[in-house]
Parts: sequence; structure tokens; C-alpha cells
Amino acid sequence: MSEKMTILESRRQQIGMAGGSGAAVACERKSTAGSISQRACVFCGSRVVLYPIADALHVVHGPVGCAAYTWDIRGAVSSGPQLHRMSFSTDLREKDVIFGGAEKLYRALVKLIDVYKPAAAFVYSTCIVGLIGDDVDAVCRKVSAEKGIRVLPVHSEGFKGTKKDGYSAACEALGQLIGTGNTTGIAPVSINILGDFNLAGETWMIRKYYAEIGVPVVATMTGDGRIEDICRAHGAALNVVQCAGSMTKLAEMMRQKYGIPFIRVSYFGIEDMSDSLYKVAEHFKSPDIMNKARTLVRREVTTVMPQLKEFRKDLEGKKAAIYVGGAFKTFSLVRALRLLGMQTVLAGSQTGNRSDYEQLRNLCDPGTVIIDDANALELSGFVRDLGVDLFIGGVKERPIAYKLGVAFCDHNHERKEPLAGYLGMINFAREVHASAMSPVWNFVGRNSHEHRLYSHT
Amino acid sequence: MSTDYIATRNACKLCMPLGATLVFKGMEQTMPFLHGSQGCSTYIRRYMISHFREPVDIASSNFTEESAVFGGGDNVKLGLKNIIEQYKPKAIGIATTCLSETMGDDIVGHLREFKRDMPVDGPHLIHVSTPSYAASHAEGFTAAVKAVVEQLVDSGISQFYGGRVNIFPNMISPADLRYVKEIADGFTLPAVILPDYSETLDGPSWGEYALIPPGGTPLEDIPWMGQACASISFGRITNSRPEYTAAYSLQQRCGVESIYLGMPVGLRETDRLYEALAALSGRTGSPEQLKDRGRLVDAFVDGHKYVSGKRALIYGEEDLVVALASLYSEAGLIPVVCASGGESGHLRAEIEKVLMRPQPDLVVAQGADFADIDEIADTARPDIIIGNSKGYKLARRLGKPLIRLGFPVHDRMGAQRIMHCGYRGALELYDRIVNALMDAKQENSDIGYSYL
Repeated sequence: MSEKMTILESRRQQIGMAGGSGAAVACERKSTAGSISQRACVFCGSRVVLYPIADALHVVHGPVGCAAYTWDIRGAVSSGPQLHRMSFSTDLREKDVIFGGAEKLYRALVKLIDVYKPAAAFVYSTCIVGLIGDDVDAVCRKVSAEKGIRVLPVHSEGFKGTKKDGYSAACEALGQLIGTGNTTGIAPVSINILGDFNLAGETWMIRKYYAEIGVPVVATMTGDGRIEDICRAHGAALNVVQCAGSMTKLAEMMRQKYGIPFIRVSYFGIEDMSDSLYKVAEHFKSPDIMNKARTLVRREVTTVMPQLKEFRKDLEGKKAAIYVGGAFKTFSLVRALRLLGMQTVLAGSQTGNRSDYEQLRNLCDPGTVIIDDANALELSGFVRDLGVDLFIGGVKERPIAYKLGVAFCDHNHERKEPLAGYLGMINFAREVHASAMSPVWNFVGRNSHEHRLYSHT
Repeated sequence: MSTDYIATRNACKLCMPLGATLVFKGMEQTMPFLHGSQGCSTYIRRYMISHFREPVDIASSNFTEESAVFGGGDNVKLGLKNIIEQYKPKAIGIATTCLSETMGDDIVGHLREFKRDMPVDGPHLIHVSTPSYAASHAEGFTAAVKAVVEQLVDSGISQFYGGRVNIFPNMISPADLRYVKEIADGFTLPAVILPDYSETLDGPSWGEYALIPPGGTPLEDIPWMGQACASISFGRITNSRPEYTAAYSLQQRCGVESIYLGMPVGLRETDRLYEALAALSGRTGSPEQLKDRGRLVDAFVDGHKYVSGKRALIYGEEDLVVALASLYSEAGLIPVVCASGGESGHLRAEIEKVLMRPQPDLVVAQGADFADIDEIADTARPDIIIGNSKGYKLARRLGKPLIRLGFPVHDRMGAQRIMHCGYRGALELYDRIVNALMDAKQENSDIGYSYL
């Protein structure tokens, strides 16, 4: 690379550095026009959160693209119904845009409910729905009355905010379901799992751990989710929230409305996974649960650590860049990488907030670049300038890494490998190792030219 | 809307801006730019990255609520300014989306204003109207090619430049594009291929970081396309509505002869291409190319009994479906279902033109989604499924082999390098079909033949 990357003036405040006394990383802004943001839109945020609810009908109201691009691309699996993997669209046409699409939506819903007999339906509004003036709420109410199932509007018009606003819209829809079910028979010690999406079966792993320590799960939101469970989620004694960016709002709402406390956890990496179990045990002040948790952690850690040591031998000292959707995941990843002897030199997210980034600055080694809503060019520039050996991100980040000759670990919703829990840590280490230690990097261009250290001011 | 309207279920089409983006990705140092929400660019990026396994940067004007109310002018201008600052492109291809079109945002006006303040050596700004409710990605592709030609070809150039041929190749793979170029070279006929993403979407590993990947139709060639000896336009369905094509536009504006061909898939459709190139160049094809044809015929003969009477279900873009029906019909398979999300109204007529013999029970489904195709498949009982990755569930349910081709291929390596066009492409597709059928026979037999 002969020239330094261009960072847009309007983007500079959203890039900071760990250590020292620099200004806080600016965040929670709309993406700048012409900055090729890795974010999607409001609709994407809603779709991500609700998608794993497997017995619901998910209807995208709009032209076909939004539904087509999100058809069965995620790794969220179900132990039963597979309805969430279908892509339903009202596929609006020119005449619908002119005369309104409400009638089409109504007919679509009625017919789809007859054919697929879902437990509930979510109707996602896309960009143009607000503009053409469809009264989606009214259609949902009407269909709901006629068909006797909950039909919930999700106000996810793409331009009305960021992906985070989509999370909120999804939480609002969930909020309408919660509180409507029968809570008899729910044990006093019980939890809801929030913010785990059962990618590659991760929710199942987590549930198993909770079962082992004697904590029953009422509802999982939304991994392997079911409408009936969600409706009775208000009967649980505690909300355990992962993916805080998407689900804190719901947990907060449930705290206010039903007095259910919540704790924030993460299931990625040995430390965070173990902490999650301990936190739940502490919350219930149960020596029995704590003892079981300690036994579980001891057993799992004893199994996992020797294997990790083997991977660490090769990975020690390598540099990693992390760019994922939620900031909370980056904390876990920084710690998990440390366990493998690796240093994080860039950490960023699409949707982190101020306190997330402050925490990240404290957690990371001094000099680590902290970045909010990065664009493709910035990521490429930093990967090159910081001498990154491994990139952790999603499909959109993968070619950036590969083209520059850098190893890659997919930690996004499309992945098909479970990375949560103890087994997940082994999978993570194996994947990182497999990519970072591949012989192919010997042949790529970047090893034939030197890198300059990026100096950020 | 019929009485049993049931929504589109697992669409067999994508939206118009995707097609336009693909075109802009195939032009030298050009940045695609979608005028709409951030999600439009990101979803399309993600979708194309998964297929091509290459960086795909697509800019967005990133609409906000305010721009939806007051117009997107400021966002477009800021977006363009930022792209120019960061990427220094030679051209920016701006496609609208359902959002900006429904608002009635005046993109032409915004661009006029932007150009007024832009230095004269600034990038070309090309725009195309692609509201996703109007048609599918295939039409978005065609519209963008036409827009490029209409906005960049200089009809005032009078200098004769007749040694060149324009090729509008339709949606084919990077490997196909390279091969089409090679075929034209075989006639020593310099071709301007628009778009040409053979390198931008199938590039080598980078030693240096590229802001915009190298390759693409050279921008300096495009203004001269009005002086070419002819324009060859691929795709029977696209060409059945010639007024939407770039070739037609060039004929109208600059008097360039247009030659409308099917996609050169299979023996006969490739022959048409060779005939056209021979006529234009006054040369016969190279002996090597004739050998390719000979090998294809030889393979047809060697394999005919394995495929004879096998029932094929084909889906995808309408042009591709017609082309594949042609290839498999001439090889002796029976295309029993031809389905597409496209709605040209010409699919059946064009397929009937390319079939080797009339086929009364052929099901042609236009405006079809995968739920429709699924239902049709139950009665059509295909032996083999041919199309993009999205038919996997169907193939899995039926227990029949799936030949992955076209776009998107999201569950296999090497989608960029799948060959469909020319004699070699036909040979490759033919071998894959025969082998898949042999494999199915082998797998489904209790005996475990190791010799077929």
C-alpha cells in the first residue's frame, strides 16, 4: 500500500484507543452517507432478534428484496418447527405502491396462517410501508381477531434509525407477547435466557449447563424460541441477558413491568461462561446451585484447558482484530483471545454504546484501536497497518481479511459452528488455529512487503 | 391478484438494485452507490460476497427519517463527496431503491446540482432507476447496462471505430466473461464487454490494498461504443423486449447494428455467436475453437445414453432458464419444469423456440417462487434439479441431485469460476449433469457398481 487510508472527518470521533486519556469513542450515531458501513438497517435489527422463533410466521411487508436477502441465511436452529426458515414477502408491486398494500398484506396473512398454522405472526414493515401509508397495525388487529392468534406488527422501516432501533422494535413485539401466558407450575428458581440465538445449537448447550446446576429455563429469547414459552416468560424469577445491545431493553421493560431482575452475562470463552453460571448461582443465593456450578466449571475447565494449551503454543503472540455486531461480544472475545496468548489490536462493533466502549478501552491493552460503526475501508486500513494475523467478524468482513492475506474466524449469525460454552471455546480455538496456522499465508502478497505501523492521532 | 393469493414464499428472484450493482461492479474503478437505506447496500454486499468471495463495496446514501420527509438530496451529495474523498473512483453508479423511488426523490436534480459544484475532472456519475417493486434483479441489470450506455456513450463522435464489437453479456460468471473475451479474440475482433466483472469479482490475492479492485470495462472504451461495428446482446428474454436493452439504444442513437442472441449456452446457441462473430470479422474461428466444438459433440455422443429421457427441473433468471433448456434439450434430457421469478411473459414462447422437439407436458412457471416450484416438482417428478443454491431444499426433499450454477451459489466454492457459456462451458455443464446422474445411479443401487 503506497498511501495512507483516508478517514472521513465525520468519522474521526468514532475511532479511539485503549489506554491513555483520549476522548471517549463517539457512538450511537447514524452511519455517514458514503461511508461503507458494515451495518444493515432497522429491519435487519428486528429480523435478527425475532428470526429464531421457530413456530411463528415471519412476514416481510414490502418489495421482495428484504425477504429474499434474509431467507434462511442464519445459523439459528430449531429442535422442532422450521417455519422461521421460510421467507414470506408481500412482494409489493408498482400498483400496490400506488393503491396501498394493506389489502395484499391482509390476504397474505389469512392464507399463510391457514396453510402453516403458526403459533403467532410477526409482520415486518420495510422502508416504503410507512410512505405508502399502509395501516399495518390495523391489519394485524383484524387478522388477529379473525384467526385467533397474535399477529404483531414490527415497525422496522429501514431508514427509521439504526440496527439498534430494529432491536427495540423487536423487543416491543416480544413485550406484547410476554405476560399473556399461564405461569402456573414455574419454579421459584427459574430463568429466561435472553440474547442467545441458538446458532449451531448454542442455546441447547447453555440450557444443559443450567439444567445441571438446577436452574430451569422458562423461555429462551429467542434461540429455539417458541411463542408459548415467550408468553409465560414473566413467570421466571430472573432474566439472564447475553447480547446486551439487543435485549437489555426487553429485560429493562420486564423489570419495570413484572419486577423481574436481570443480569448481563456472556457465554463466550471459559471465564465469561463460568462467570455466567456463578452469577446466576449468586443471584439465587443457593449454596447448592453454587456447588453444582463449581463442580461443572471444574470438570469442564479441566477438560478444556489442556487442549487449549496445545493451541496456545502456536498462537502465542499473534495479533487479532475484532469487528462484530454487538460490543458485548467483543469483551468476551478479547478475553478468549488472551487465553490463547493472542493480543487484540483492534476491537469494534456496529452498535456499541458509550459505556461499552469505555469498558472496552479499559479491558484492551494500551494502544488497541477501538472503533464504532467502522467502514470497509477503515477495517482494511487497520488490518494492514496494525499487522493483524487474525480477523474475527462476519461474512462482510471475511473478504477484507482474505484479500489482505489474514486469517479469519466467523463469529456472526451465519456461522454453523457453536462457539459458546466450554465446547465452544475449543471450537473457537480450533477454528482460530486452523486459519491462523494454515500454510496458505506463506503465499499471499502481504508477506512480501513490509507494513508500517498505523499511528492514530 | 388471484383469489388464492398467498404471498411470495422463498422468492426465486432478487431485487432490481442488486442487478444494477453487479453492472457497476463490472466497470473500471467504479463505485456502486445505492440511494436508499443502509440495509439495501449491506444486504446486497453480503449476498454478493457470499457468492463471489471477493470484497464488494457498495456505498449508500443512508436515508434517515428526515431525508425521507425532506428529500434525499443532502444525503446523496454528502455520500458522493465522501466516496470521492475516500475511494477516488473514476465513476460512481447510482441506483435508486424502492424508498427513494416511492418518495419521488429527484435524483437527476440532485446529481445536476452536485455536478455543478464538482471539479470538471471529477468522476462520471451514472444513475439508473431501479425501484425494487418494478421488476427483478435481471431487469435491474439490463436497465443499468442501458443507463451506462445512454449516459456515457458519446453519440457525437464521428470518427470511425468500426473494428470493435460491443458485447452485452447479461448475467454470466467471471469465468464466462473471460471466455467470451477469448472467443472474440479468436476472431481477432476486439470486444468491449459491458459489464466485465471478470477481474473485479474474481481477482487474485492482493499484495497491495486496492481501494477499488482493478479490472472492469475500461471507462475510456465506453464513449466509443457508439462507433462499434455491431452490438451483440445475450439473452432471449432480455432481447424479447429490445427497447430496454443497451444494444437497441445504441442502434437508435448511433446506428450501431444490434445482433440479438440467446445466451451462448449449449451447442446451437454458441454456434449462433460464432456465426455472428465470423460474419462481423470476415474470419472463421480458430482451429482450436473448432476443436472445442468437436469435443462437445463428442461428449454428447459419449454420454447420451446416461442422460436420455432424464427429466430436468430448471429455475433461475429467465434468460438463463431458456439457455439451459436449450442445452439440455439438445443433449437429450427433457426439461419438464422451467421456472423463474421473472415475469416477462415471454418465457414459454422463448423456451419452445429452443427445444429440440415439442413437449406438450412442459410446465413453464413465470413469477414462480420456490414454494410453487416445490409443488410443481411433486407432479413433474424430475430426475435432476438445475439452478442456483436456493433449490437445495427441494433437491434434498426429493433426493435428487442438484447442479449448482448461476447466481447465487452460496453453499459451494468457486461460484465465480462456474462456466456456462461457449462450447467449453457447455461441456463443463454437460459433464456435471452426466456425472451427477451416474453418481445418483451408483448411490441408489444396492450392488455398489464401481464401473458404469
